[in-house]
Amino acid sequence: MGKLVLLIEDEPNIIEAISFILSRDGWEVKTHSNGHDAMDVVRARRPDLVILDVMLPGRSGFDLLGDIRGDAALEALPVLMLTARGQRKDREMAEAAGVNRYMTKPFSNADVLEAVRDLVRE
Amino acid sequence: MSESAITGTRIRERRQALGLKQSALAASAGISPSYLNLIEHNRRRIGGKILLRLAEALDVEPQALSQGAEAALIAGLREAAGDGCGAPELARLEEFIGRFPGWATLMLAQFREGQERAQMVQTLTDRLAHDPHLAASIHEVISVVTAIRSTAAILVETEKLEPAWQARFHRNINEDSQRLAEGATSLVRYLDAAPGQEVSGVRSPQDEVDLFLEAHGFHFATIEAGGVGAIDDLLAASDVLSLPASALMVRGLLERYAADAARLPLGVLVEALAELGPDPAALAQRFGTDLPCILRRLGMLPPENVGPVGLVIVDGSGAILLARAIDGFSVSRMGGTCPLWPVFRVLAQPGVPLRMELVQASRDARPVTALAITEPLGPPDFNAPPLVRASMLLLPGAEGAEPAAVGTSCRICPIAVCAARREPSILSEAASAEA
Repeated sequence: MGKLVLLIEDEPNIIEAISFILSRDGWEVKTHSNGHDAMDVVRARRPDLVILDVMLPGRSGFDLLGDIRGDAALEALPVLMLTARGQRKDREMAEAAGVNRYMTKPFSNADVLEAVRDLVRE
Repeated sequence: MSESAITGTRIRERRQALGLKQSALAASAGISPSYLNLIEHNRRRIGGKILLRLAEALDVEPQALSQGAEAALIAGLREAAGDGCGAPELARLEEFIGRFPGWATLMLAQFREGQERAQMVQTLTDRLAHDPHLAASIHEVISVVTAIRSTAAILVETEKLEPAWQARFHRNINEDSQRLAEGATSLVRYLDAAPGQEVSGVRSPQDEVDLFLEAHGFHFATIEAGGVGAIDDLLAASDVLSLPASALMVRGLLERYAADAARLPLGVLVEALAELGPDPAALAQRFGTDLPCILRRLGMLPPENVGPVGLVIVDGSGAILLARAIDGFSVSRMGGTCPLWPVFRVLAQPGVPLRMELVQASRDARPVTALAITEPLGPPDFNAPPLVRASMLLLPGAEGAEPAAVGTSCRICPIAVCAARREPSILSEAASAEA
């Protein structure tokens, strides 16, 4: 059984593509597509890594990142953030909120795979 | 051109005051009457000998004829010197203008152009950074591109991809490419339709609202007659509202106008005005309406009903929502307004009306009577944030009153000592008093 990646993203075809490449690489992938109850899923699934989109319905990726880092049990959980906004301000905001890796869309599959491997190995 | 314009007009005024004919003045200055006529109508720039001879013939100092021009140049170049770099020799400014009037005029014109451009860049930047439609369209396009890129890479890079997966990813790419085409088309359509292609026409929504209100003289006869129903036609007939935001802002203003007009119809208001004069308190008692409604009604009447009148409406943050200037009291959004105005003072005590006699510290200012009050907005509720709006009606100043001095905007305000000052004035009097 591979390690568990939780993908929180609202674009169905991105979900499908990332799920596919990670599964082929031996990861178990669970997905969730809104911000409202994403924290419940994080707590219930206990993933080894979270891939988090910034623009989500309900709660933003930044809010969720704050929740994750604010939870003692999830402090060390690696988070890879995906966003369509590559502005320095957003990157700084994400880093200040405790993100482990920050990737701007559109990304290459190889980069995502490499980031996921790196983050879990650490 | 406007500088020399003043000179020509002054020559004409002075000649007429002396009762001289054009031909007589032309003869004594040694120029042809037709040339003098061109000068007087500001069609020819003059200086040097001709100016001296005309001044002599008119029995005035040459500076008196050209001073308007020089004063404008001096003030403008001082402002330019304050903004620029390179330590210009301020002490020799007048000498510079005297010796090189053409260069000085050019320099001032370029400085003004630079200011306009800076303002325009700001407007454009604001539009790009805060345009929700643009942000949403771009986000949509990037999302779809991301999905397509990732899916396409899977199709190309995965060895021995099962036919079922392959079919599925093909279908996804097909779907996404259609969405991308729609998103890109909508983005192009939006950018094409965006105003501001003609550079000088770049306006913010607020500029358009101002233009619209001014074009109608702040009064809407069709709403007076037809109520809210007339608003759509007014908006449709306007050629200044090119931005969706400005149409929305104008609609809000007009809806309130219609509500006020319904409470206080024009006919009875004009009748009561004839009897009571523009006295908001007396009018409010007569009609049993609240003061803010009266102030807005009076402030948006045509001059033939109420005489000269001005109106300033601000929100709780001090942003000007509506500004109708009255002669001798200028209201400008550029660079922020003077915090001493009663319209800001009443924000601290909602519901308490304030009447003040004011005069702005500037040469062409005239005293005004300002009547201001703040009203709460929105439905009443406990612990809700206090949303307020303040209105200030401006009428010509009362006889014999001693008006308090206020400014227009700090940058051009000559009042030397002022606790409310937030930035230095560019006018030399105030600057030297502070130093």
